[in-house]
Amino acid sequence: MQLTSIQTIITILAVALGTILTRLLPFILFPEKKQAPKIVTYLSKVLPAAMMGLLVVYCLKNVTVTSMPYGFPELISIAVIVVLHKWKNNVLVSIVGGTVVYMLLVQVVFV
Amino acid sequence: MKQDRSERLKKAFAAAFPKTIPVLTGFLVLGMAYGVLMQTKGYGAVWSLLMSAIAFCGSMQFVAITLLTTVFDPVQAFLLSLMVNARHLFYGISMLEKYKGLGKIRGFLIYTLCDETFSIVSSVELPEDVDRKPFYFFISLLNYLYWVIGSFLGGLVGSFMTFNTRGLDFVLTGLFVVLFLEQWKSKQNRIPGIIGIGVTALALIMFGKDNFIIPAMAMILLALILGRKKICS
Repeated sequence: MQLTSIQTIITILAVALGTILTRLLPFILFPEKKQAPKIVTYLSKVLPAAMMGLLVVYCLKNVTVTSMPYGFPELISIAVIVVLHKWKNNVLVSIVGGTVVYMLLVQVVFV
Repeated sequence: MKQDRSERLKKAFAAAFPKTIPVLTGFLVLGMAYGVLMQTKGYGAVWSLLMSAIAFCGSMQFVAITLLTTVFDPVQAFLLSLMVNARHLFYGISMLEKYKGLGKIRGFLIYTLCDETFSIVSSVELPEDVDRKPFYFFISLLNYLYWVIGSFLGGLVGSFMTFNTRGLDFVLTGLFVVLFLEQWKSKQNRIPGIIGIGVTALALIMFGKDNFIIPAMAMILLALILGRKKICS
């Protein structure tokens, strides 16, 4: 530990405060009892799909496509998930299948 | 009446728990990784527990390790946390409707609104005969507990782990991919989904992996607003 206990607690609280603000702000700006502007209602419908796309890319941000293994473990595993999901349409089966394939690829195949 | 209530709670739990299983796996692994990392920087299990329980912000907690191992600067910690967590703003906007009229538990739902909880709640249909309030509550509570317990365990026993978990954290990538596919099922979500992936990938190439989230959010917002007529039709 480089900081004192008090300094650590203050740092934790500062991080928490920043996080809470980002989570709370929309609910303060657009309170329950008031009708939110149309554009906000529209955004609340289209943002989830867009943010799911953002999160997928976010998870892949550390993949290097210019050197071994060229992002193949990720690409193959995601393809497995897509196929499994089309076929079985079961969230858990798709995720477990993709993850097992990924673990095999990074632990055994592309070592 | 009382019997009835506990029956309904059980039913909501039984509906909520399976949805959180991927998060259970992912959070235990990543939480433990976090606890181990904290340990190596001289912060024991209790510190990991405190950070996870109070700040509860996943990737930002990894960033915060660097804040704990340098000169004390809470203002920088606050500002960095705002920036890294800015994506939550969009989660809140998306949840305005779903989290309406939930009374006392609403505060807790907002406090614990992480990537994974947002993804599940916004992609999964509420089962027909299940109460909305306890269903959302259990999803949030379970995900919260997985993370807090995982990071505590990591600090406690992490360094003795022998099972090769390399690649196991891919469950969270898998979760987002599958929930993306779930969104894809409704036609009106397809253009927003393509915008989300395309624009974020573009931002990643343009701004690099450490600075692309906020530009990506701004560009997504712009694309969604400019394309409004096309998306709605």
